[in-house]
Amino acid sequence: MRRWSLFLLRATLYLLLLGPLAAFGLYGLSTRWFYPQLLPSEWTFEPLMRQLGSPLIQAALARSLVIAGLVTSLALLIGLPAARTLGLRRFRGRSLVLLLMFLPTVVPPLATGMGLNILFLQLGLAGSVAGVVLVHLVPVLPYTVFALLGVFARYDEGYEQQARTLGASWPLVLLRVTLPLAGPGLAVAALFAFLVSWSQYVLTLLIGGGRVITLPILLFSAVAGGNPTTTAILALLFAAPPILAIALASRALSGGATVVGQQY
Amino acid sequence: MAHQCVDRAVGVTKRYDTLVTWLTLAPALALVGLIFGASVLYGLAQSLGYLAIIGETRLSLEAYSGLLAGRSPAGREFWQALGFSLWVSAASTVLAAGVALLLAVALSGQRRPVGGATLLALNLNLALPHLAWAIALSLLLAQSGLLARIATALGAIQAPAEFPVLVRDSYGIGIILHYVSKEIPFLALIVLAVLRTQGTAYELVAENLGANGWQRVRFVTLPLVLPGLAAGALLVFAFTFGAYEVPALLGVRYPRTLAVMALELFTNPDLRSRAEAMAISLLMALVVVGVAGLARVLNSEREGR
Repeated sequence: MRRWSLFLLRATLYLLLLGPLAAFGLYGLSTRWFYPQLLPSEWTFEPLMRQLGSPLIQAALARSLVIAGLVTSLALLIGLPAARTLGLRRFRGRSLVLLLMFLPTVVPPLATGMGLNILFLQLGLAGSVAGVVLVHLVPVLPYTVFALLGVFARYDEGYEQQARTLGASWPLVLLRVTLPLAGPGLAVAALFAFLVSWSQYVLTLLIGGGRVITLPILLFSAVAGGNPTTTAILALLFAAPPILAIALASRALSGGATVVGQQY
Repeated sequence: MAHQCVDRAVGVTKRYDTLVTWLTLAPALALVGLIFGASVLYGLAQSLGYLAIIGETRLSLEAYSGLLAGRSPAGREFWQALGFSLWVSAASTVLAAGVALLLAVALSGQRRPVGGATLLALNLNLALPHLAWAIALSLLLAQSGLLARIATALGAIQAPAEFPVLVRDSYGIGIILHYVSKEIPFLALIVLAVLRTQGTAYELVAENLGANGWQRVRFVTLPLVLPGLAAGALLVFAFTFGAYEVPALLGVRYPRTLAVMALELFTNPDLRSRAEAMAISLLMALVVVGVAGLARVLNSEREGR
């Protein structure tokens, strides 16, 4: 009985995972699949190939990658020193800093984006990739700081001091001590920073103003367009990179390096 | 003399440390402080009717009073939208937390670490963007969707119209189904993380003292995981209350959530409805920050132990 209920639980879990992929595959790779047919009678790669070849979609894919890549790099660059200090030092004002970092992770992107819309228009940042990257950093940077904070809270500076005492230069310390120690946590933080930016719709819409077309923006308008085949293919293109990335990072994740405290 | 020298040296080192501390924090603080701060400031100003672009520089509480007293056209929908938002996020949070707790306890109740494959499955579900999952649900659960076809093949229904309306329904069932299925893995991972760090020692002690399975869950496991689960659930509530994409994709035009209403007002060509849009979004932010702040307090208490 117990074994069966456990089996059922596991099966539900995997079904939740396979369900969306099956849906995208069934709708994206078939034509004229009408109710009540259980399975499509005609399979075709034609829509998939056409979408992959579309300049609009290729540009959106590239733009999404560039934006998420830039956001991730900047978040790591700015977040790493801050997280190290917050994780290793106790100083006056620390909890205030933590509070300031915490707020943007929970305030709805809708509120942030609507508030910034006019300002970014005045600054000439609206409708530009730079503006979208900046506004993505508002939720992503604090989240990266918190993810890295967890890494540095368990970090022992003693190893670095020991290496310095033994005569290692600081680049060598960074390369041979700091990075190997913080590496897995760093990778996980980078991965989720990328995912948060990759999945962002509202902020891109409000600051990009319909001129910065990313994959989520295309996906949303495809839903409004009402063609399930187009929607399914775009959704697959949109969902595949995160899933692949998590699968590749599964080792670091199963080590329990971080519990993901973020929604996106 | 030597004593003073040492004192001064310590003072210099201390000041140097403080300088380094704030220098490392400066870029992050500047970026978040400036951009996020500006968004709050500009949002507040606009909600008070300040809109220099159309020459409006008087401040008034008109947007707020119109909304809260139900006088403006948007105000007549405000309380209903607030209620709908609260219903959707509360129902999603409670259901997801309950199932996540059951799932985590069942998975970890076997005296051996939860398998990597299960953890991976949970993490993969987490990685699937909300937008993609919402689209998948609308394809699967529509009245002519995959589930309806399976029901037809099994002979349970004869026509699409007989299949229950599960997405784009006026009760928010589709939205709730989405959030529950998406947040179960999120919360289950939190509970599993707590259980993993606590080990099985307490359970073994309880078992040795004669506690049965139910008693072990009730008096050992539950108190251990409850603070973490509650904090996670509050975060889920905060997120689902403020999110736009899912109710926009899986909801109907009426009733709609505050987020959907706010964005619609914001994109209205009549610039005056922007004040109301901003007021709604700030009220939403207020609710979310309050709830998430509570989660933070719970979390720090747990970590402080």
